[in-house]
Amino acid sequence: MSVIATTPKFKENVHAALIDARLQGALSFSRNFTNRRAAAAERLPEFEALRDSARAIKDHTLAHLDLYLDAYEQKVRESGGQIHYAEDAEEARRIIIDLCKSFGAKSVTKGKSMIAEEIGLNDALEAAGMEPVETDLGEYIIQLRHEAPSHIIAPAIHVTKKDVEEEFRKAHRDLPANRDLSQPEQLLAEARAILRAKFLAADVGITGANFLIAETGTSIIVTNEGNGDLTQILPKAHIVIASIEKIVPTLEDAAQLLRVLARSATGQDASVYTTLSTGPRRPDDPDGPSAYHVVILDNGRSNMLGGEFEDMLRCIRCGACMNHCPVYQAVGGHAYGWVYPGPMGAVLTPSLIGVAEGGQLPNASTFCGRCEQVCPVRIPLPKLMRHWREREFERRLSPAPLRYGLAFWAFFARRPALYRFATSIAARSLNLLGRGKGRLSWAPLAGGWTDYRDLAAPQGRTFQSQWRAKSGAVK
Amino acid sequence: MNETPAADGDMKETRPKVGLFVTCLVDIMRPTIGFAAVKLLEDAGCRVVVPSQTCCGQPAYNSGDRQTTKDLAKQAIDAFEDCDYVVVPSGSCGGMLATHYPELFNGEPEMAGKAERFAEKTHELVSFLTDVLGVDKVNARYSGVVGYHDSCAGLRELGVKKQPRRLLASVEGLELVELPEAETCCGFGGLFAAKYGELSNAIVSRKAADIGAAKVDTVLAGDLGCLLNMAGKLQREGSPIKARHVAEVLAGMGDLPAIGESQPERTR
Repeated sequence: MSVIATTPKFKENVHAALIDARLQGALSFSRNFTNRRAAAAERLPEFEALRDSARAIKDHTLAHLDLYLDAYEQKVRESGGQIHYAEDAEEARRIIIDLCKSFGAKSVTKGKSMIAEEIGLNDALEAAGMEPVETDLGEYIIQLRHEAPSHIIAPAIHVTKKDVEEEFRKAHRDLPANRDLSQPEQLLAEARAILRAKFLAADVGITGANFLIAETGTSIIVTNEGNGDLTQILPKAHIVIASIEKIVPTLEDAAQLLRVLARSATGQDASVYTTLSTGPRRPDDPDGPSAYHVVILDNGRSNMLGGEFEDMLRCIRCGACMNHCPVYQAVGGHAYGWVYPGPMGAVLTPSLIGVAEGGQLPNASTFCGRCEQVCPVRIPLPKLMRHWREREFERRLSPAPLRYGLAFWAFFARRPALYRFATSIAARSLNLLGRGKGRLSWAPLAGGWTDYRDLAAPQGRTFQSQWRAKSGAVK
Repeated sequence: MNETPAADGDMKETRPKVGLFVTCLVDIMRPTIGFAAVKLLEDAGCRVVVPSQTCCGQPAYNSGDRQTTKDLAKQAIDAFEDCDYVVVPSGSCGGMLATHYPELFNGEPEMAGKAERFAEKTHELVSFLTDVLGVDKVNARYSGVVGYHDSCAGLRELGVKKQPRRLLASVEGLELVELPEAETCCGFGGLFAAKYGELSNAIVSRKAADIGAAKVDTVLAGDLGCLLNMAGKLQREGSPIKARHVAEVLAGMGDLPAIGESQPERTR
């Protein structure tokens, strides 16, 4: 019942994405994100120093994760909440379903949570006879469309305004059919009105967490819609679901990370809502849930600690890497085929579902390095993708033509004299093939190239042979 | 013609000895870039040698074949042992030599040290001219409106950004304009372009549109891989925009047929 990965069919997914004209139109957003992030970084003189600090906070926490998890657990208990550890997706689903049943839940509101996506929570809630209601506008839209998010912070970024209008007309049948939904504000107002009733009717509210604070037992979420607040305050129980690496030691640490998070994500100085929750409602609180539970998911992450992929656990899920990725910009998030798209997904997916399933993703990168350049916690994403390629190569999972091609090429590259001879012949032959035009529209074994673009013909003799002839003549 | 180095120490050789790492693509596809590099280096007072060489190992490195990569790295490090500098007319291969070689030999102190020293003396061509040799102008002319594409590895691994623009500003007749999204990848990525042809095509199509929107008649870059990709796309689309390596323009060789253009007769 876990989320099914279509990652092995990445190339087919790419093809489908590239011929989808509507999707391609929707994807033109990406340059707004990159421009806004650049402007936000520019406005804050200490931005680069903050990134160093953010990285150091996460590295320190990961080095002492057991300690901080214990401290966090202690504080949550002191504030009247309860902690549950889930080893994998199945256990997390079971814990949450059992909790919801114990509260007699029929309706469950949800704030945006990628961990909920990772464990396939909505399907599990439905199967258990409960109605999950996504309350983030983007999540609400894709829930209506029975889709997964295509971006970790902007889940419906692949959807056009027209799509939303169609979906709302289908879903909200009680409303007058002739209502005007041509403006974004009208769509927003309609979603707000529908969701308001759902908030009030919900028995349990489930949110994710951007950070869990060991010092105070607090969970923090950031939103731009305030839906998280209503999700966690109105129902009788609040369940937080978060993965182990969301822990940070102190509120001060979280404050520093928040300063790089919103800027990297949307170019905002801060998200509109930063909401802290610590335990259930206290006697003198005006509102809040009477029960507070935190489900902490591992799902393979502890295996990454101390290994070559540990850097990935610094990720604070801002989405900057995908916003700046030429591959993501071309095909959007669904092509990646599992929960996490873009460069962070290309590293995390093989870690969580295995390289045999997820291995396409770290290969589908030009290694342009822009993701690392903008990552607020300086994760060396290209290096980590390369590590996956190394694991694949060692296990002979790389495609056979690639392995044999490399071995053939390496045979020559290790033997300079033979290499010069072979390349001279190759250069001359290709030169002859392209004679006249100076370029080839077809070349042997180069279909991946020449199907789409011309190939310049070599000029003729190689540099090394010309140079040798020339320096020989001088002597 | 350059002289052979003074052999017997009568006339002391004071010029730095620069080993040109030609790169596979330049060696095979477009040797004139190599000769442009030699000219620029000699004009700046260097003695240029071309040790026997093959490939920097990047195709193996990026395919996860670490052992082949290390073998090729050792081969390159040894070949350039007696050079004061190693200069590369490519940010991508330059980045491989200068930033990735040292990472290859973790846990092998002797090789790691050699790789570290090799990395320190290795430079991308244009930044070597400006940052190490202090060149601030060239003697060349080129008539045309030119956009410079920042190839990824040069830009992000080696910090090549202002250097080519500074030297291009001194080329007579050349008008330099900034391309939109000049720092966005062209979609080449070495084997990526062949392994993921359709995806690579989508990326380079967008790049070609950005170049087209800039109303330039020439696009320049410091990496032949990216140039082959951009030129190939522009030409497939029937665009008249020419693609050239920045070294050729700086060396006054801008009258050569552009990349993928027919050569009237023998150029060399």
